[in-house]
Amino acid sequence: MSGAFTILGGGVCGLAMAAELSSRAAQVTVIDPKGAPGDHACSWWAGGMLAPDCEGVSAEPEIVRQGRKAAKWWEHQGGAVHHEGTLVVALHRDQSDLATFARRAPTATPLSRTQIADHEPHLADRYSKALFLADEGHLDPRATLTTLHARLRDRGVRFDADIEGQVIDCRGLAARDTLTDLRGVKGEMLVVRCPDVTLSRPVRLLHPRFPLYIVPRGDGVFMLGATQIEAGERGRATLRSVMELMNAAYALHPAFGEAELLEIGVDARPAFPDNQPRIRRIGDTIYVNGLFRHGFLLAPALAQMTADLVLDGEIPEVWYEDHRQR
Amino acid sequence: MPTFYGTEITSRLMLGTAQYPSPATLADTFRRSGAGIATVSVRREAGGDQAGQDFWTLIRDLGVAVLPNTASCYSVREAVTTAHMARELFDTNWIKLEVIGHADTLQPDPFGLVEAAAQLAEDGFEVFPYCTEDLVLCERLVEVGCKVLMPWGAPIGTGLGLNNIYGLRSLRAHFPDIPLVVDAGLGLPSHASRAMELGYDAVLLNTAVAKAGDPAAMAHAFALAVEAGALAAGADPMDPRDMAAPSTPVFGKAML
Repeated sequence: MSGAFTILGGGVCGLAMAAELSSRAAQVTVIDPKGAPGDHACSWWAGGMLAPDCEGVSAEPEIVRQGRKAAKWWEHQGGAVHHEGTLVVALHRDQSDLATFARRAPTATPLSRTQIADHEPHLADRYSKALFLADEGHLDPRATLTTLHARLRDRGVRFDADIEGQVIDCRGLAARDTLTDLRGVKGEMLVVRCPDVTLSRPVRLLHPRFPLYIVPRGDGVFMLGATQIEAGERGRATLRSVMELMNAAYALHPAFGEAELLEIGVDARPAFPDNQPRIRRIGDTIYVNGLFRHGFLLAPALAQMTADLVLDGEIPEVWYEDHRQR
Repeated sequence: MPTFYGTEITSRLMLGTAQYPSPATLADTFRRSGAGIATVSVRREAGGDQAGQDFWTLIRDLGVAVLPNTASCYSVREAVTTAHMARELFDTNWIKLEVIGHADTLQPDPFGLVEAAAQLAEDGFEVFPYCTEDLVLCERLVEVGCKVLMPWGAPIGTGLGLNNIYGLRSLRAHFPDIPLVVDAGLGLPSHASRAMELGYDAVLLNTAVAKAGDPAAMAHAFALAVEAGALAAGADPMDPRDMAAPSTPVFGKAML
């Protein structure tokens, strides 16, 4: 079965939805204020880590389970996924955080200094212990969204048409007009260029107050993220937050002190109270939202489940709510 | 139950609202713990146009008394401004006053604390000062109008427990009529129990619960420990002694 579908919003959720539906021969229209991926979507500012095991330390088990599907899906859609795993370190005085992390991330393998040198030579003289999560990956969110957008156009997905058929609302925080339990969680990030440091994979620095992740983007460029503040504002990066991110990067490796600051980004992630996403049917519309800090990680599973729902009438195994009876 | 500024509290366990995996977990934790007072940070979430509104609504919906705090304020002026903002947001005169003096240890700035407390008391606030266990500091705080004191057990977030039992005990002895709350540094329920056994009125904690693998279960454990400790304190515990004191007489027992 197929039909016509209109997807509201062209962020990671909307484009993944369009990809999944169009690959199953449905007629798809995407309506987005700018018509193409850009800084109006919070996924533009994402880290692009496909790190279900790391996230599992604080996220619900279902997020880990559904997130494991992400890497393969993105590759299938033409995304360049790097399968380099994740390295987790802590400063000397925060070693207890490393122990806690190891306990809560069962797939993490402890690395000695020599083993760290094998993975990330630039960190070996600074850390004698680390954790390695081999099954994780990362991608470049902007390149991935831009590539996917082009592929969708080639595939006949329309970005300049009117609403037609079943509406699937993937507008993120903008859908608060209907989804009253959706809230924004502000995040700030930096992009820097630091040719003095080479990293092959995302590195997470555990810290009781200023946890940090650094994702290599190639050519000496790194994304540093991200704050997590209970506030819905989508702008206004504060000096405090930026300073904390910079401090943490400097603590991770002093060479970041010489990095060139390329970008300060800020936006708010859409989240439901349990920080888990929803596929919610209200009236004739299906809302896919609340991906929180797991946009690239969960969009594939959500797109697949939603496509199964609208094309085959298959009820999603998780995160589905039918509000029509209310 | 102890009374804070004329309000009788419903539980001796007070919880912070930061660092939980999700707001849903936070709500569940409050339900399981029976905590009657929630502290909430105003400063960072504020942003433009009161951007933290959603989170604050969520806190109000917990159905417990809200004790706004001035966390991460480093100066008197910041703390006072934040307190005024908190009063508008939560419609309460209560303020947990934090004036941080040292970024690394997050230890209170005692001088700024007294100054800010005096000003806020004048402005009609009911101040809950986050202080050290220093007796002289606590006397000054009481002089400027504080009717509750909240000395630390250990630096915020360390989970080290009660670092200075002697100091905390002498504080209790010096202020028999002022409600005393151990705030910060608790890591385990046994630490909370110990504070209660010292005769403290309540404990306030956040990290120990929020960063536990199962926050709701840990909060429940703290609730039980607090209740046990308070019960013990009210039961006139025995004093320790050096010599063994057999609970059955041994005199005259046959030596075999």
